[in-house]
Amino acid sequence: MSAKVFDKLATLLMWLAGIVILGILAAFLLFILYKGVPVLSWDFIFGKSSDIQAGGGVGAQLFNSFYILLLSLLVSIPLAIGAGVYLAEYASDNKLTDLIRLSTESLATVPSIVLGLFGMIIFVNALGMGFSIIGGALTLTLLNLPVLVRVTEEAVRNVPVHYREASLALGATKWQTIWRVVLPNSLPGIITGITLTAGRALGETAILIFTAGTTVGRQIVNFDVTSAGETLAVHLWYVMAVGLVPDRVEIANGSGALLVITILILNLLFTIPSRILQRKLGAGGH
Amino acid sequence: MQLVSKEHKTKLLYDHYMRYLFIASASLMTIIIVTIIVFVGGQGLLTFKEVSPFDFFFSAKWDPMGLEYGALSFIVGSLAVTVLSILLGAPLGLAGAIFMAKIAPAWLSKIMRPATDLYVAIPSVVYGFVGLTIIVPFIRTYFNVNIGFGLLAASIILAIMILPTIVSISEDALRAVPKSLEEASLALGATRWQTIWHVLLPSALPGILTSIILAMARAVGETMAVQMVIGNTPQLATSLFMPTSTLPSEIVVEMGNTPFGSAWGNALFLMAFVLLVLSLLMILIIRRIARKKVI
Repeated sequence: MSAKVFDKLATLLMWLAGIVILGILAAFLLFILYKGVPVLSWDFIFGKSSDIQAGGGVGAQLFNSFYILLLSLLVSIPLAIGAGVYLAEYASDNKLTDLIRLSTESLATVPSIVLGLFGMIIFVNALGMGFSIIGGALTLTLLNLPVLVRVTEEAVRNVPVHYREASLALGATKWQTIWRVVLPNSLPGIITGITLTAGRALGETAILIFTAGTTVGRQIVNFDVTSAGETLAVHLWYVMAVGLVPDRVEIANGSGALLVITILILNLLFTIPSRILQRKLGAGGH
Repeated sequence: MQLVSKEHKTKLLYDHYMRYLFIASASLMTIIIVTIIVFVGGQGLLTFKEVSPFDFFFSAKWDPMGLEYGALSFIVGSLAVTVLSILLGAPLGLAGAIFMAKIAPAWLSKIMRPATDLYVAIPSVVYGFVGLTIIVPFIRTYFNVNIGFGLLAASIILAIMILPTIVSISEDALRAVPKSLEEASLALGATRWQTIWHVLLPSALPGILTSIILAMARAVGETMAVQMVIGNTPQLATSLFMPTSTLPSEIVVEMGNTPFGSAWGNALFLMAFVLLVLSLLMILIIRRIARKKVI
């Protein structure tokens, strides 16, 4: 076979791979939405779940998902910005920096079930929180941190050096420069990172089963952080794996669609426009 | 007269203390990972008070009621789904990365980047649920087996889940190869494919390997999706179609039934520790690869 024919063939194969990758994604999303959207009704989305009878909703689970996400972000964002700024602005090339980097990378690859068991030892048992919203949120923080640190570091590094030089030359201290110049300019990057993290955290299950538990409180909107707080993703797993309700497939279909729609909206609202913005800024050049 | 005003002194003091706050939050990463290793490892290693290491690693007899804690079938299950999912997913992902970096028209690349992000955004329970409702019945029908749960179903789902890792990191690596190398090859009369095969892929190899190892780390630790399609039976898999278990899937199924601190619970913690050690090893391998890249 001549090189040219081979080249054509290889090109065709690569096109095929690209189409297959897009096709699998489209098929996945369409299947989930096709199965789940008919289930979505006001009563399902905002109703109370049921352990035995058919017709339960996911209102409390939906609330818990966002509540746990919010609490975990409240803890992880300041810590991650602190660590990210340190790595980008202060860290010199020494052993400590290397150790911190290695730790962040390692934390990012720890399987989430391991984080879940760790949270169970520390928060649920040792600190006596029991299966609780706060226990789940704090364990979820461990998942968020490494991603947020990396994103913050990258965003801070992307701020042009002459911005800092101008601020320092005006007599500002390093902290003033970071607070007034560097952080505001790295905000778009940090927000994108937070959205990506939030999407991941919303769908997280393995971490929460043994920390936030698989039951919900009596009210749909329950701000008590010490009560157990099953999330939507955990509910989807629980009804399929252990659930007794007769309409569990319906509930799983609906929960799946609701999760995917929520995450899609989150991504569309923040990630994609900010990507386009970043690319435009990048193309504009400095 | 004071040389430095009082107000400025306060500012300098802030500056000084903020620095420590930054160092503290960065050091927290190290403290967290060390604490995880110590606590999960400590709890897990208690198993060896009652079970011999040999039995744990080399026996496939898992019967907590009968005080048998052999985790071999879970270890084999985890390794099998990891290797199989890479074999299925890596070629497709790599081809997709080449397509995006070098072949696709610009507008299509622009669609594919957010598309790979969406792959990551789909929750693993949803992957598992789709696997349960599509792939398991599909295997049952087309491979003519009774059950459909097992290594093959888990590997197919994992192969899909690792695609974005392989695609995005390999694509970055391919794009980072200097244009001059590519142009030199094309100028010598090589076809595009010859250039990709002989110039681009070898130059991007460290990045591609990194993407594959990260994908392995994701596959070995994946819990929910695997648990929903593997069948959850503690037996050594001898075929792709029989129900078995992996380390994470067995942990998630049994943890709720075990009293904290019992030998059974500790054995599950030891399985988590094995997972932890595996994922840390992968990070060390990636660091080695990255160091070679500089030279």
